[in-house]
Amino acid sequence: MDISYRGEVRSQVSFPKALKWKKRMPYIVAYGVLFITTLPVILMYLWLLLNSFSSQMKYGFIPVNFTLDNWRFLWTNVEIAGSVYPSIWLATWNSLVFAGVLTILEVIIGVMAGFALSRLRFPGRHGLLKITLILHAFPSIALLIAVFYILNFLGLFDTLWGVVLVKTALQIPLTAWIIKGFFDDVPWDVEWAGLIDGCNRFKVWYSIVLPLVKPGIAAVCIFSFLSGWSEFLLLYTFIISDSNITLATYLQKLLSDPNLVPYGLLTAVSVFYMLPVIVFFILTQKSLMHMHAGGGKGV
Amino acid sequence: MEKTQRFSLYLRKWGLPAFMLSPFMILVTVFYFLPVILIVVLSFTSMGSAMRWDFIGFQNYRFLFEDPNLPTILTNTLIYVSFTLGINVLFGLTLALLTTYFIQKESIGLFFRTIWMLPRMSPPVVYVLLWLWFFDPSSYGVLNSIRELMGLPPTMWLVNQPMTAVILANGLIGASFGMIIFSAAIKSIPQDLFKAAKVDGAGHWSIIKDIILPALRWPIMFVTIWQLLSLLTSYEYILLLTNGGPGFDSTVLALYSYHKAFQFFEFGYGAAVSVVLVAVAIVLTVMLWKLFGMQKIERGARID
Repeated sequence: MDISYRGEVRSQVSFPKALKWKKRMPYIVAYGVLFITTLPVILMYLWLLLNSFSSQMKYGFIPVNFTLDNWRFLWTNVEIAGSVYPSIWLATWNSLVFAGVLTILEVIIGVMAGFALSRLRFPGRHGLLKITLILHAFPSIALLIAVFYILNFLGLFDTLWGVVLVKTALQIPLTAWIIKGFFDDVPWDVEWAGLIDGCNRFKVWYSIVLPLVKPGIAAVCIFSFLSGWSEFLLLYTFIISDSNITLATYLQKLLSDPNLVPYGLLTAVSVFYMLPVIVFFILTQKSLMHMHAGGGKGV
Repeated sequence: MEKTQRFSLYLRKWGLPAFMLSPFMILVTVFYFLPVILIVVLSFTSMGSAMRWDFIGFQNYRFLFEDPNLPTILTNTLIYVSFTLGINVLFGLTLALLTTYFIQKESIGLFFRTIWMLPRMSPPVVYVLLWLWFFDPSSYGVLNSIRELMGLPPTMWLVNQPMTAVILANGLIGASFGMIIFSAAIKSIPQDLFKAAKVDGAGHWSIIKDIILPALRWPIMFVTIWQLLSLLTSYEYILLLTNGGPGFDSTVLALYSYHKAFQFFEFGYGAAVSVVLVAVAIVLTVMLWKLFGMQKIERGARID
């Protein structure tokens, strides 16, 4: 039963015009503020896209001549003032390998740890849960110098494998925690039924529980891949040779080139680099907000 | 017979958890616990590019204390963290209020929130390129184009106002974090409260002040401490945007540690700077834990 005074009032009394505007004013202001603040963000990204297809920009941001010239880097190696850059496809391949391996490691280790944290009883479980959360909050980036020493010691400096391991380690507390949350939500009667039917725990886990947590694992996959794809700092710090160049370091190299690199080329490489992010944005808008909101950080 | 049974029981009790957790534990040990110990030990050495262990006691800390650049760097850190934090919380709060309270239509609110997620989701290098174009010193840049329309000569924004650029670029990214947390919190307020307030004739301001803000007390505290923690130790965007320059004008403590180690190869000194940061970070993490960790109600293991 929804008894609304306002409905009745509205039908009987017609508001004076001024009052109507007064009521609407906050909403108009709200929309206005939102539009004014959001417009620059939209324009910036629009510029990125348009500029990559134009040879010059009028007033700096209105594209005039359509051209594909900026996309030359896809079939020839970029050459800036005599120094030839590595192929973009090498960088793309390295980025793919980096993000792909990261995703696989993240999911396998995360599922194993998440399952144990959620479903198994062992001494120190509670402490481990606490440690996992604390590690997630802990700013691992402050330890970069020590991580460099360890990588050097293991002989993994300047290898993609080494950086993948570091990146996996930095993200694993959060991943394990999120996956643990998904396992927590699986009703355990389901598991019980499987056990009664005579499966062992591993079989129960593999054939009953795993399919139920698939959506969660898919989300973790996407986020791991995207964060690997976007990673810059670790790659910039721990990778020196050109054969291990990734799209992030390739673009940074262009940005910091002492010779002036035209914006057309920079934006084209950026758009190429951002493609997976753009695709992801278009495909999954709703789940993004939910995943990010449900980071499981005790809020 | 009994022995094998005992063994399988033992395996069931200990083997599976150990097996499941071993990769996780190895990673965490090698890349979290070990580095924490190592960075403290390193800070007492004069390790340079030769990677030699020469212990020099508290020398590095003394150098740091007497470093002529330290006042500049500490001031920068303070300005950077406080202003960026302000943008993060206040602007995040504004966005959350606008997209969840004032705009009741879910689809429109979601559209705006998605747009604001773009800076957070795009690769750092691409995001920084946008800002570099915004502040470009030639007449191509956004700000300089606007100046040109007004008939003014272009200025070198990043040279004159490096901190402003750094704060803006980081502020927008952090704002989306606040926006998400606050939006979720506002949505979880029971609708009846709003309805009751409306019936009682409460205005927007009093609804925000008496219903929404009290409900956001914990989220705001959480976002503040969380962002404080990450702002103190993160420098990725500063590195890309200004690289701490010109001179030390936009160098913060975390970036200073990075430069000392990976530009000048003074690993010992860099580690000492990091130790200071890690100490602050540990204090903040403990604070976070004390305030928010206890709210996590742990369910026991499901099956013996």
